[in-house]
Amino acid sequence: MEQERERNGRLCCLCSGRAALRRPKTLQQLCRECFFRVFEDEIHQVIVSNGLFTRGERVAIGASGGKDSTVLAYVLAKLNQTHDYGLHLFLLSVDEGITGYRDDSLETVHRNQIQYGLPLKVVSYKDLYGWTMDEIVATIGKKNNCTFCGVFRRQALDRGAALLKVDKLVTGHNADDIAETVLLNILRGDIARLSRCTSITTGEDGPIPRCKPFKYTYEKEIVMYAYFKRLDYFSTECIYSPNAYRGFAREFIKDLERLRPRAVLDIIRSGENFRISTTAKMPEQGTCERCGYISSQKWCKACVLLDGLNRGLPKLGIGRSHGVIGASRDRNERNGGKTIESKQCGTLDF
Amino acid sequence: MQLTLEFGGGLELLCDSKKIHNVNVEIQNGEDKLTMKDLLSWVRTNLIKERPEMFMKGDTVRPGVLVLVNDCDWELSGQLNTSLEEKDVVVFISTLHGG
Ligand SMILES: [Zn+2]
Ligand SMILES: [Zn+2]
Ligand SMILES: [Zn+2]
Repeated sequence: MEQERERNGRLCCLCSGRAALRRPKTLQQLCRECFFRVFEDEIHQVIVSNGLFTRGERVAIGASGGKDSTVLAYVLAKLNQTHDYGLHLFLLSVDEGITGYRDDSLETVHRNQIQYGLPLKVVSYKDLYGWTMDEIVATIGKKNNCTFCGVFRRQALDRGAALLKVDKLVTGHNADDIAETVLLNILRGDIARLSRCTSITTGEDGPIPRCKPFKYTYEKEIVMYAYFKRLDYFSTECIYSPNAYRGFAREFIKDLERLRPRAVLDIIRSGENFRISTTAKMPEQGTCERCGYISSQKWCKACVLLDGLNRGLPKLGIGRSHGVIGASRDRNERNGGKTIESKQCGTLDF
Repeated sequence: MQLTLEFGGGLELLCDSKKIHNVNVEIQNGEDKLTMKDLLSWVRTNLIKERPEMFMKGDTVRPGVLVLVNDCDWELSGQLNTSLEEKDVVVFISTLHGG
């Protein structure tokens, strides 16, 4: 009995109910209900204080079936109702054509569509590019395929967003993801990406602005929220980058976070404090001559890769330097891309 | 001691893709209780079939793996020192898999 009291005696610091978790951000101990409220309120505050949305806008949620985008879809749908944002929300998924991986995760998204009452649009690599990832891998082997994955997925999301005629695209990148990207960009010396990767909204000059409502939301809280709410998400790794999980930068962030949870936010802040200097050259944005997608080169990266695939020269476009901004990234890819690369398939490439 | 262990967020892949394991863990000779520290080493020996480094680092879980004892964050109950009781439910969830 004594021990029972000791084990269950931790009280919520807001309501004195039984505490269910310790928040990494504030070290507060909270019960489930208070945690749900605080978690949702903070995201609402981020949305309002950054002016992420305007009433009447059409907004696509990039939905992979994974934890981040699943929680994002659930919370946005909920906030849109409770705070009457007046948004038209859609789920947007990319089907890369990876048997046994994407078909399973797409089933999760299909269930989410029904559970959250959000219309779903799926765009496929096969329809957009004429190739599935399975076919690409059969041609180029398992090396470099995440280059294709990353480039194609980014463009596929934009094209899907255009088909849905949305004003904005939101993604589930969380605070841990952003801290990791800050660190990688510091290590690469990529100043242009460093200042851009902490922006809550990017691509305002491009076809469809993207924003990250979870910019300040810890991964632990997203997973705890999904667990306590019993949200249905998919968590199997991409079969084309098995064991990749994430690289050492992720490991480093997680080690730091264990010692001092605030470190994640501090790294994001330090990234925000890097303002791009006027001497750093940004490439001029034009459009791809072939497909009309935004590009600083004659052809966009996807068209270069596709051209190589269709001509039976799949190495074309991998590791080629594309001017100042792309240079350090391309160098990294040429070296096999694994040295300081982390989250697979370019999903961290904002 | 009868315990229910649940693996999620991709960790189930390390133990035969089975999420829920009903197990019986003996308290070590000379000990009067079972702690999370004991349980982790038992799990590593008896349940984890591959890539143990995805689950553990040193004598604790890998950073990024969440642990709940009876649906309560183990950070509130003393982590490795949390003592377990008959019929407890311990959940391990990886946060490291795709978003
Ligand atoms: Zn409470
Ligand atoms: Zn193009
Ligand atoms: Zn991939």
